[in-house]
Amino acid sequence: MTDTVKRILFYSIIVAVALAAPSVAPDYRTQMAFLWVMVVFALTWDILGGQMGYNSFGNILFFGVGMYVCAVIQRDSGLGYYPALFLGMGAGALVAVVFAAIFGAGILGLRGHYFAICTLGLGIAAGEFASGWDYIGAGSGMVTPIFPGEAGGREKFFYYVMFALAVITFPVLRWLYSGRFGLALNAIRDDEDKAEAMGIHTTRYKTTAWCISAFFLGLTGAVVGNMIGFIDPRDVAFAGPTFGVWMVLMAILGGKGTLWGPVLGAVVFHVTQEVFWTYLLGWQRVALGLLIVLIVVFFPLGILGWARERWPERFGHVVEEKPAARATE
Amino acid sequence: MPVSKTGRGDFSTMDSIQLLFQAPVLSVQLLLDGMLIGAIFALAAYGMALVWGVMNVINIAQGEFVMLGGYVAFFLYAAGVHPFFGIPLAAVVLFLFGWSLYKTIIFRIVDKDLFISILATFGLSILLQQLANELFGADVRTAESGFGTLVLFDGQVTVAEIKLVAFIAALALGGLLLLFLKQSRLGQAIRATAQNARAARIMGIDTDRVYAATFGLNAAICGAAGALVAMTWIIHPYLGLPYTIRSFMIVIVAGLGNVAAVLVAGLGLGAAENFAGFIFGAEYQAAFVFGLLVIILMWRRFWLNRQRRYLK
Repeated sequence: MTDTVKRILFYSIIVAVALAAPSVAPDYRTQMAFLWVMVVFALTWDILGGQMGYNSFGNILFFGVGMYVCAVIQRDSGLGYYPALFLGMGAGALVAVVFAAIFGAGILGLRGHYFAICTLGLGIAAGEFASGWDYIGAGSGMVTPIFPGEAGGREKFFYYVMFALAVITFPVLRWLYSGRFGLALNAIRDDEDKAEAMGIHTTRYKTTAWCISAFFLGLTGAVVGNMIGFIDPRDVAFAGPTFGVWMVLMAILGGKGTLWGPVLGAVVFHVTQEVFWTYLLGWQRVALGLLIVLIVVFFPLGILGWARERWPERFGHVVEEKPAARATE
Repeated sequence: MPVSKTGRGDFSTMDSIQLLFQAPVLSVQLLLDGMLIGAIFALAAYGMALVWGVMNVINIAQGEFVMLGGYVAFFLYAAGVHPFFGIPLAAVVLFLFGWSLYKTIIFRIVDKDLFISILATFGLSILLQQLANELFGADVRTAESGFGTLVLFDGQVTVAEIKLVAFIAALALGGLLLLFLKQSRLGQAIRATAQNARAARIMGIDTDRVYAATFGLNAAICGAAGALVAMTWIIHPYLGLPYTIRSFMIVIVAGLGNVAAVLVAGLGLGAAENFAGFIFGAEYQAAFVFGLLVIILMWRRFWLNRQRRYLK
């Protein structure tokens, strides 16, 4: 009983802090909004990368697709700002899911390593196509409509939208992981042949998992496009070297295959990045590569995984809701 | 990235296809250019197949080795030496680099599963690519070899001699590697380890050394290929990934350990890329490479599904 009280208290503190944050520190609204973007990035990458053991380097595809679809609807639908925005978000998520279903049916029947390299190509191919297609502005990109509210209201509005998105993503994933779906994903990660022999439709589960990932990434893309205000095909929408790599890094940094791990990884990474990154003077991306190698080779469990190894009894109540995570050991 | 001389963006796709039919000699030009590139692709792909087969590691940093080899040749050229000497030098430098990379990082992931090694080499690829960007600058470079141009069919088809030289050099390097694997003692140890690492260990083969040599050898081949790329076309810090993807594509089409098929697939890919660059415009050539990978994998899945008779 006390556990439940503790948990409710814990969640309400997070929500309260997050709700108050933009009013307390108005100058950092955009950075804080990006914190939630990072949380969604890491959580959605972890569905495949952690829970299912399928490294995807091309999840950025769905992010970019959502962003472009939303921007096109905002440009061409002729509706007011808010209806167009929300319609665009919905459509962006939908198109992203369709993409995931089509590609997933095609390549998720293959084993993990083929999938990993295929997605590596997918994200970049999308960027190349987008920067050659005139309908969506080709290489010069697209500009999203101007926010109708007062100055500074834009950052606040999108902060809350992004926060809401992260807050929805988390319990949805928690619910999915706690049921049959999560068990099926973990079974695929642990031994796919056996899982299939036990009667799990592995390809169907894998594709569904990717679609869920795509859904939230599509929504996030639509929001981020409007938050930044300018869509560049290679540097914003299909930004493989930044966002695409960060997703992977954050999830494995926090501890892949756990629910809180990606969240923790996203927070640690984003805060570190905002505070220290500028001192690296252009060497950030070098550091990024180095960090991935170091984490994968020397620290594969991630922060949460390591802490759980270290103090298993202390972690009992925090990790409790993740039966999936225990299967790693 | 190889860009066909004839590929032009302002042509529409239909125009380009019509042009190909009206002037068949253009196809000869494209085919020749593409196949000459293809030998270099095949070389890098063979290295990937070697590492994959022996160590069960898919090296995503493969293209970065090519890029680094290219820079070795370029700096030699910048120092006033003919870039042709860059081929052996790049091979030696990259062999040492690959060896030390194995001794520091790769040996920790060899016996882990493929997911770990893919993630680790993915990080390595970003690290090397960005390091090259910081150290050498993002400029596009080339090492002028000073070779002339061959003219065929009354001047309708031109072939840069350096491409021909690179083609022959790539084949020769591949042949040398094959000879090494077949004849030398280390080569035989490598093949034994590929067949069964445990049995090889029992028979007294130091598999750790074999792995280090394999990884170094792979880096050396890629380095040599990179030197050829620097002489024939251009190099820049970001050219790695397309080479990784091409190598991977060639390996999955040809299969592990089938040398002839690797060569044929490499030449075919080179030609296909060049035709696509001409038909869709040079700006879509990179997209074509990545798109082709997706298509090949999808096709492979449906083909495998048809072949499937029992569960492993």
